[in-house]
Amino acid sequence: MTQTTTAERRKMAEQFISVIPHSRDLGMALEDFGDGMAEMSIEYDPRFVGDPDTGVLHGGVITALLDTCSGVAVSSHSSVTEATATIDLRIDYMRPATPGQRILAKAQCYRVTKSVAFVHAKAYDENEDAPVATAAGAFTVGLPKKEGA
Amino acid sequence: MMTRPKPEPVQVIKQRRDAALAKLAGNVPYIQHLGVNFDRRGDELTAILPYNENLIGNPFLPAIHGGAIGAFMEIAAVMELMWSIVWQQMENGGPAAEAIERGAFPAMPKTIDFTVDYLRTGLPRDAYARARVNRSGRRYASVNVEAWQDNKTRIFSQATGHFLMPQLITE
Repeated sequence: MTQTTTAERRKMAEQFISVIPHSRDLGMALEDFGDGMAEMSIEYDPRFVGDPDTGVLHGGVITALLDTCSGVAVSSHSSVTEATATIDLRIDYMRPATPGQRILAKAQCYRVTKSVAFVHAKAYDENEDAPVATAAGAFTVGLPKKEGA
Repeated sequence: MMTRPKPEPVQVIKQRRDAALAKLAGNVPYIQHLGVNFDRRGDELTAILPYNENLIGNPFLPAIHGGAIGAFMEIAAVMELMWSIVWQQMENGGPAAEAIERGAFPAMPKTIDFTVDYLRTGLPRDAYARARVNRSGRRYASVNVEAWQDNKTRIFSQATGHFLMPQLITE
């Protein structure tokens, strides 16, 4: 059997995130991990502020977190074995993230076809009832063809 | 005969515009953190993302992180929108223009939604982006962004975003 357990996949995901320079640069941490789902967080950091008047984090930081978390959710899916890349990602911003609070993202890969994985994701601060942002994304699945082939 | 006021020397105008743009970008910590800077030709802006190792999302290819690309595009979109507001206020003169001169800018537009279309892998090179404000009303704005690396005709990412406009003080 080549089936990997969730624990093994989780370890792989943690290793995977730890070697991504951009995720490390933003201090992303894996919080939870399962078949087709992932939770990741980012601590509040004044260096990541987008609006100097309010201290609210830049939307791009939330984008980076939701993109990474969605990608990890795709890789965690039991029918996905190879690397994945974002095809498109739409983010809806419901409200500004509260300054000083960490951001938690939850992503669910709800459908995988032969070539595409579909993901829904949400981002929260300490108020879990009202998401800061939601996202819908499509990701590549399957080995890419050699360019020019 | 009407006497037109003598136009300001070009260097004075240039210096004022460049100072406003530098202050606008310099004020935002995340723009500084990513290292994004702006090239200005009149009112046209090009956002530049100089390559650095911290942008990598896939060390094996290697490729720039999709999140970094998305953030760069969003920065380009917000700055284009903000710059169009600031430019207009500077051109109009009066109290709003004086406030900008003092470094007091209007509030930033807020992102409502942002959709990034990843067309090609982001290579470990500098990236460039230009945004276009397709519609800008009193409350909402729609902005489109295109980004490229070595070849302007081969865009590697495009994005569309909607923004809530700041309430401007108008007299």
